[in-house]
Amino acid sequence: MLLAATFNQILAHKFRSVLTMLGVILGVSSLVAMSALVAGMEKGAREALIAIGGLEKVRVVPQDIPVEQRHLSDEAVGVTLNDVRALQQSAPLVTQFSPEMRLSATFSANGKTYRPWNVSGVWPAACLLNEHVIAHGRMFNELDDEMARNVCVIGTATRDELWGSPEKVGREIIPVGETVFINGMPFTIIGMFEHYESEQDRKARLLAASEAKHPSRKGIGRDRGWRASRGGYVFTFKNQTVYLPLNTVWMKFRYGATQLAISSGKTSRTIEGATGDPRLSRLELKIANVNLLSEALQQIRNVLMTTHKGIEDFTFLTQEDWADQIKVFIHNARLSGGLIAGVSLLVGAIGIMNIMLASISERVREIGIRKSVGAATSDIFLQILAESLAIAVLGGLAGLGVSVGLVHLLSSVSPTDNAPIIRVGPLIFAFVSSVIVGILAGLFPAIKAARLNPIQALRYD
Amino acid sequence: MALVELRNVSKIYRLGDEEIRALDDVTLDIAEGEFMSIVGPSGSGKSTLMHILGCLDSPTKGTVKLDGVMIQDASARQLAAIRNRKLGFVFQFFNLLPRLNVLQNVELPMIYSRIPARERHKRALAALESVEMANRAKHRPSQLSGGQQQRAAIARALVNSPRIIFADEPTGNLDSQTGHAILSLFRDLSQQGRTIVLVTHDSKIAAVTPRRIEIRDGKIVDELRPTAPSPAKQGLASAAL
Repeated sequence: MLLAATFNQILAHKFRSVLTMLGVILGVSSLVAMSALVAGMEKGAREALIAIGGLEKVRVVPQDIPVEQRHLSDEAVGVTLNDVRALQQSAPLVTQFSPEMRLSATFSANGKTYRPWNVSGVWPAACLLNEHVIAHGRMFNELDDEMARNVCVIGTATRDELWGSPEKVGREIIPVGETVFINGMPFTIIGMFEHYESEQDRKARLLAASEAKHPSRKGIGRDRGWRASRGGYVFTFKNQTVYLPLNTVWMKFRYGATQLAISSGKTSRTIEGATGDPRLSRLELKIANVNLLSEALQQIRNVLMTTHKGIEDFTFLTQEDWADQIKVFIHNARLSGGLIAGVSLLVGAIGIMNIMLASISERVREIGIRKSVGAATSDIFLQILAESLAIAVLGGLAGLGVSVGLVHLLSSVSPTDNAPIIRVGPLIFAFVSSVIVGILAGLFPAIKAARLNPIQALRYD
Repeated sequence: MALVELRNVSKIYRLGDEEIRALDDVTLDIAEGEFMSIVGPSGSGKSTLMHILGCLDSPTKGTVKLDGVMIQDASARQLAAIRNRKLGFVFQFFNLLPRLNVLQNVELPMIYSRIPARERHKRALAALESVEMANRAKHRPSQLSGGQQQRAAIARALVNSPRIIFADEPTGNLDSQTGHAILSLFRDLSQQGRTIVLVTHDSKIAAVTPRRIEIRDGKIVDELRPTAPSPAKQGLASAAL
């Protein structure tokens, strides 16, 4: 009966009720849309984080010798293969090792040239540590490394630049077995990584591929180049990776012999002669457990301080900072979005309260009549509260519907790298907040109505 | 024991320093089955008296005992329950809810006494039957004439079988012919044994009741008992009808 009376009242003032609901609709839908956007960003960030090797990855890179140790710069050895051997023996918290010699190289084949972003001499283990997956051919093995063979494994970006991408050529070219000239030296391509992309890009690409099959949809093609390709820069860079055996880079390009410690000129200049060991541009390590990160870092540091004779010419880079930044960013996005949604819910609540106050002041006589036939204070209170709650709940439900449309609209109007994701949690949360809004907004008008004096209410015109 | 016992009841309003005695030391008994009227000019305190009798207002001084319950000590919830089950009101302006149809209006008191829908429906129809309004059950109040609206209001007052029915100027908004019809309806109800209290400023209307109380400046100034009927006033009563 209460329900019937409530909906009767709402239906009696359809336009007014819908206008009032609008506030709640906006609040709920902005809440859901905001959380969907943030969830999309979060997912994108997590994908990117996994693509670069996860939180367990620690990079050891050369750095400027601290000022108080400058006079020892001649003694500084840099990060070398010797460090790797020492760590393998003395740092049990480190499970994987990948020394890297980064090469500045020009690739030429098929009449074209290309400079990939990352050309590195590595051990076969690098594949595992950096989450690379071989799609065609094979990764070079220990024997290739030992023999310093002229082999390489390329990413799809190199293939795209030298032979053409599948989108342009119309079929996938697998250049395994082809010869490519790296800084003029012939190398055989023995493997190719898979094409890395975010999940959303994969979907978009598959969609485009299926659409391309329909001739009617054919329009004028437009090449946006790799820079314009959507998708995280993480994936773009990862596709530009080329791996050569570490020994090959050392033997064929005499890499470590001439390599200075990275950055400004006035740092250590020791060549291999100082220790007889090849220098590395960096050393990537994977630790056993991310919760033991600081212990592992201490262990690595202890070992390296010994091999570096106490000279601190190395530093650690972890993904933690990046992960923290993502966390902070997500937190801020959530906070500001939540604030907007909260404010619009508040506005919705004020709207409901306003309309309920107006409604009871034009129903003073009705309330008087109801009281005179025996309605208790609590009956009137519940009636007004139920009306306010019903408006809010209807608004909330409509808001959930609108939010789905809003999210689709947002993602089609401004496509981002991270498609918004609607989760059940925020939907429930938004609905519950609309219920709370209804109760809070109805409370004061309901108390006011319930307290009306029946005699005065009956006299009221 | 009388159905209603008022003992030295006063109602005092304060307007600044001024003290207004709407009711001044009123003592009154209403017996079961009585048909009485309270007469007085406007501002005499008759409405205040009815509000106190009807549990819509509480006295400043004195005691009110209704069907064995001391009203001045009852909680708001108890008062609401008493209004719901023991009292029925008929007003000058009918006071039907405009958005509900006649049947729903008559059902209203039973909603607050938590009577199931089927039973509610049955009893509301029976009450409408008794005032010859059953054929208008689905009409809105705005589609009815004044007399029909007042009949619906009387049906609403009757529907919970109250101990007393209060009628505040029930004919005040009706033409004289319809007014007479309504008054004879009250008389019929009285003959069925209902206790009815008629509040009016019009002594001609008051003349239909066997017992009359005249109130002025918050005091009962005159009382006519049915046991001692004055022939002149009886004649007036029959003239009014």
